[in-house]
Amino acid sequence: MNKPLRRIAIFCGLLVLALLVRSNWLQFVQADDLKTDPKNRRVDIARYAQPRGNIIVDGKNITGSTVVNGNDFKYKRTYKNGELWSPVTGYASQAFGANQLEKLYDPILTGDDDRLFFNRTIDMLTGKQQKGGNVVTTLNAKAQKAAFDGLGDKKGAVAAINPKTGAILALANKPSYDPSVFAGNSEKDGEKYKALQRKNDKDDPTLNRALRQTYPPGSTFKVVTAAAGLESGNYDLDGKTDSPDPYRLPDSSTDLGNEGNNPACKNASVRVALQWSCNTVFAKMSNDLGNDEMMKMSEQFGFNRDLDDDSQDTPVRPAVSEYPKDNKPQNAQAGIGQASNRATPLQMAMVASAVANDGKLMKPYMVDQLVAPNLNVLEQTKPKKLSQPVSAENAQKLQQGMETVVNDGTGTAGKIPGVTVGGKTGTAQHGEDNKDNPYAWFISYAKTGDGSPVAVAVVVESSDTLRGDIAGGKLAAPIAKSVMEAVLDGKR
Amino acid sequence: MSSNLTNTGSNTTVSPGGLPSRRNTELAMLVFAVLIPVFAYANVGLAKEGSLPTGMLSYGLGLGLLAGVAHLVVRRWAPYADPLMLPIATLLNGMGLIFIWRLDQEPSITHKATGGEAAPTQMMWSALAVGLFVLVLVFLKDHRVLQRYTYISMAAALVLLAAPIFFPAKYGAKIWITIPGVGSLQPAEFAKIIIAVFFAGYLMVKRDALALASRRFMGLYLPRGRDLGPIIVIWALSLMILVFETDLGTSLLFFGLFVVMLYVATERTSWIVFGLGLSAVGAIAVASFEPHVQGRVQDWLDPMQAFKDGSEQPMQALWAFGSGGTLGSGLGQGFSRLINFAAKSDYIFATVGEELGLAGLMAIILLYGLIVERGIRTSLAARDPFGKLLAVGLASAFGLQVFIVAGGVMGLIPLTGMTLPFMAQGGSSVVANWALIAVLLKISDTARRPAPAPAPSPDAEMTQVVRP
Repeated sequence: MNKPLRRIAIFCGLLVLALLVRSNWLQFVQADDLKTDPKNRRVDIARYAQPRGNIIVDGKNITGSTVVNGNDFKYKRTYKNGELWSPVTGYASQAFGANQLEKLYDPILTGDDDRLFFNRTIDMLTGKQQKGGNVVTTLNAKAQKAAFDGLGDKKGAVAAINPKTGAILALANKPSYDPSVFAGNSEKDGEKYKALQRKNDKDDPTLNRALRQTYPPGSTFKVVTAAAGLESGNYDLDGKTDSPDPYRLPDSSTDLGNEGNNPACKNASVRVALQWSCNTVFAKMSNDLGNDEMMKMSEQFGFNRDLDDDSQDTPVRPAVSEYPKDNKPQNAQAGIGQASNRATPLQMAMVASAVANDGKLMKPYMVDQLVAPNLNVLEQTKPKKLSQPVSAENAQKLQQGMETVVNDGTGTAGKIPGVTVGGKTGTAQHGEDNKDNPYAWFISYAKTGDGSPVAVAVVVESSDTLRGDIAGGKLAAPIAKSVMEAVLDGKR
Repeated sequence: MSSNLTNTGSNTTVSPGGLPSRRNTELAMLVFAVLIPVFAYANVGLAKEGSLPTGMLSYGLGLGLLAGVAHLVVRRWAPYADPLMLPIATLLNGMGLIFIWRLDQEPSITHKATGGEAAPTQMMWSALAVGLFVLVLVFLKDHRVLQRYTYISMAAALVLLAAPIFFPAKYGAKIWITIPGVGSLQPAEFAKIIIAVFFAGYLMVKRDALALASRRFMGLYLPRGRDLGPIIVIWALSLMILVFETDLGTSLLFFGLFVVMLYVATERTSWIVFGLGLSAVGAIAVASFEPHVQGRVQDWLDPMQAFKDGSEQPMQALWAFGSGGTLGSGLGQGFSRLINFAAKSDYIFATVGEELGLAGLMAIILLYGLIVERGIRTSLAARDPFGKLLAVGLASAFGLQVFIVAGGVMGLIPLTGMTLPFMAQGGSSVVANWALIAVLLKISDTARRPAPAPAPSPDAEMTQVVRP
């Protein structure tokens, strides 16, 4: 009987071996995947087992943590002035996960990041609680507040950039939401979260309009068209153009006119066309340059960056602004910021900033430093040049044009005494037959002795009373002005 | 084992002279087997409360006392028994108690509705189990006595296996006998031993008939029709367990056990082929109409989908293993309470994996492997066919059960509701497995006992010096 016994022994050995192999597979090969699986509740439990690191603006925390001693979670995230800052922070909720900076820098904020391994080990050996690091943002509290208050009760968004570095100074949305109301995992948190979702609130307060919503940029896009025109060498700032008024769109029988049938638009120079926002001049310019040239210039400014290109991550990824390949009549209209042309507020702030920075477009970013709990700097963001859409010479010409808009044109509401301000208004039609309320736009920059410290883009969604091109100047420009003033005040 | 000259192991059928009894080895191992769980107890307390748990001393003394009594009884009534089985069983039982106590510290799974604290009850059952262990060693003078009860065992096993059909199902499986006011019993745990006794007795008698009287068909020796009878009965029985009690694990265990013992008794590979064929037919037949079994297989194939559909445990167990990683979270610092239902019983292996990590889990698996190995070694060493068959039956039943439970929890095979021997919460399981170890020790004691001294020859007596 011993021969079969030995075989049974081998069989039992194989069973044990199978168990050993399986345990190695689970606990070694697949361990990391299982451990970090977002559905694995341990991930959330660990996230809230200690106070979370903070997100910092101007040296002050805009987030915090409070002890709740719940069933699974010891701490809960809190936000100071959540509605104001939620476009920057995103949320971190026990029940609903996290997004934006809270999600992207979760390893730093929880202290799990590899770069914090040493701190973690020391804490473990000395019996201290693990600590999270901090995320220091580039935002400017005053500018943010000016933007948020400026929007008032109107729907819209503001993005402000430092043109010299690309540092984001303001990112404000209206309507907004306070992430603290659903930071926990109670039933009440669940109801609040549900109520904020798009299907329950048509104003969509959780949409980060400044980064993630694209709008037709309207006349503000004429700056890009003008840039393409100047760069082509066929146009000059003050040279007359050959522009009929009205202008018949190519391959069509539709005539395009100008706001208030302004007589100055006929054969207007680039400067005058910017000043009065002449549709005819820029539509024809776009058509004469052609779809390819226009696309090329838009892409230089940051349009059409596809999603696998991280050059625009701030680090929160903005939606892609589009200037698509199109037929002639569409391309002519896209040249004045209509048709299939779409841009985020951040994108238009980048346009203004590139012009203000003498043609050099810097990569936008909103995280300046990652700081360890012991205040060591783990990572410092260095400003990076993204592209040079126009030469310095042409950029200065564009600046003159935009300054004319503010001094004597449609954008006088953006004027700041004693400061050079350049801007461009826009009112984008939308909806079928333009039946919906237009979007009021204003993009601008302010300049001091040593270059421009701020470029802003403002979009205001529904402006019931105003439909004309003056909407941009009337509604959006004052907001841009107060944001620029807030940044300039800090400089003085 | 080529020749007796090079053979120094204990697995020879005929012992050359007296083997060392190895009782002192056993005692030294037992010290570790008691100390390790006590340290683990301290570890849990320090991790959860930051202080040494108050029950540590009494727990240590209790476990030490049980181990000490067991050891003394082995020393007295089974002096040549295998020295490893008792320490390993003690260690596994001790660690099981720690894990159950550790899960008792989680309010989310330890409250009135789930029966409150489980560790004190389990401690009591462990004491009872060691009591039965002692009784078996003391009163079972020779394992061959069991041979007399072959057919009684069969009847008893049938009753035990069939009984749960008449009691209400618990958690989707009818594997319990519930006596109101007293508690409930999992008869399959005991049936496992009793049925091994029956198989051993039956096969010892029939093995020649089964092995030799067969027809050759397509290169395989097929059994005669009348010899097939009992096999078909067992097959039908295990299928009935599956269908009426929806107990996949037990039916797999019994059929596997039978095939193993049949193979050992007859030395015919054709029986394995035949056995596997029958089980495949049964499995496919049952899986095609039994929704409970189908559900288990679906959960196994796609645990993530099962998780979304509300059957959370399989995925939770996988996460527990993965989160433990190589070295584990440390005792008392894991989150296996997320498994929630049955965390202390069927799924306790996941807590072991999470808190002791791959290192600890492999150690535990090897400990189980070692028990099986000692059991089969005992079978090799046994001198009588009944002892051989019984030992290999018990050892492989134990091994199969560990594989079915641990493999199920780890997602290697579909999960079936069975308890992990010695570690999982459950009185029947711990009592039955201690009894199983006692029978194995008894067989190994007989096997390793030096052959009785030859009868004194009258001639020799004559030549003795007559003392004044």
